[in-house]
Amino acid sequence: MIVVAGIGLGLLTCAALLLVVRITVGPTMLDRVVALDVLIAVLIAGLGIEAAATRHTTTLPILLVLAMLGFVGSVSVARFTAAGPDEGPGDEGNGRS
Amino acid sequence: MTWTHVADIASAVCLLLGVLLALVAAIGVVRFPDVLSRMHSATKPQVLGLLLVLLGVGLRLRDLSASGLLLLVALSQMVTSPIASHMVGRAAFRAGQVRTDLLVVDELSEVLKAEPDPPGAP
Repeated sequence: MIVVAGIGLGLLTCAALLLVVRITVGPTMLDRVVALDVLIAVLIAGLGIEAAATRHTTTLPILLVLAMLGFVGSVSVARFTAAGPDEGPGDEGNGRS
Repeated sequence: MTWTHVADIASAVCLLLGVLLALVAAIGVVRFPDVLSRMHSATKPQVLGLLLVLLGVGLRLRDLSASGLLLLVALSQMVTSPIASHMVGRAAFRAGQVRTDLLVVDELSEVLKAEPDPPGAP
């Protein structure tokens, strides 16, 4: 089980790094929201693997909180996305990020 | 080879499959060209991958109260992730952040042009 946990956590680390690349690059806020949703799924998977490897049930409530958190975050950002392209790091923005 | 060994092996297979789905989705999110196609790959670990991982954890823990909590996580994710995806896709289309040259059929733009949203629309 330790070997499975090691392989799984390694693959999840690769996935999380790729998602952080997408969150950084953008280009729109909704791309970042989608990538953040997948990142939360990756976190849930990582905590689940930790619970399975050590056979502790301590981290299981955190899974529930994370599942709710991803939903609230993406819905609220999507609700307040206005028309027009977002400002990239190279654009001449007006100071907002 | 008792049934606990079988459950452990099944749990390891489920965990690895779920993790592989998460990795594939991350590659898709980085490589795909626009928001809608990125959402297409993002849904895989959110539902199927998460269900596989939770099934693996449940098979490994073999505890009734833990199984109830895992079932609650799976249910809440399966209820909420379609809503979140719908809101993100809708906002992306109406904000004009979808690449229309990649769409095969686009019936929504004509409808939107004919009648804009009423006030208070979600």
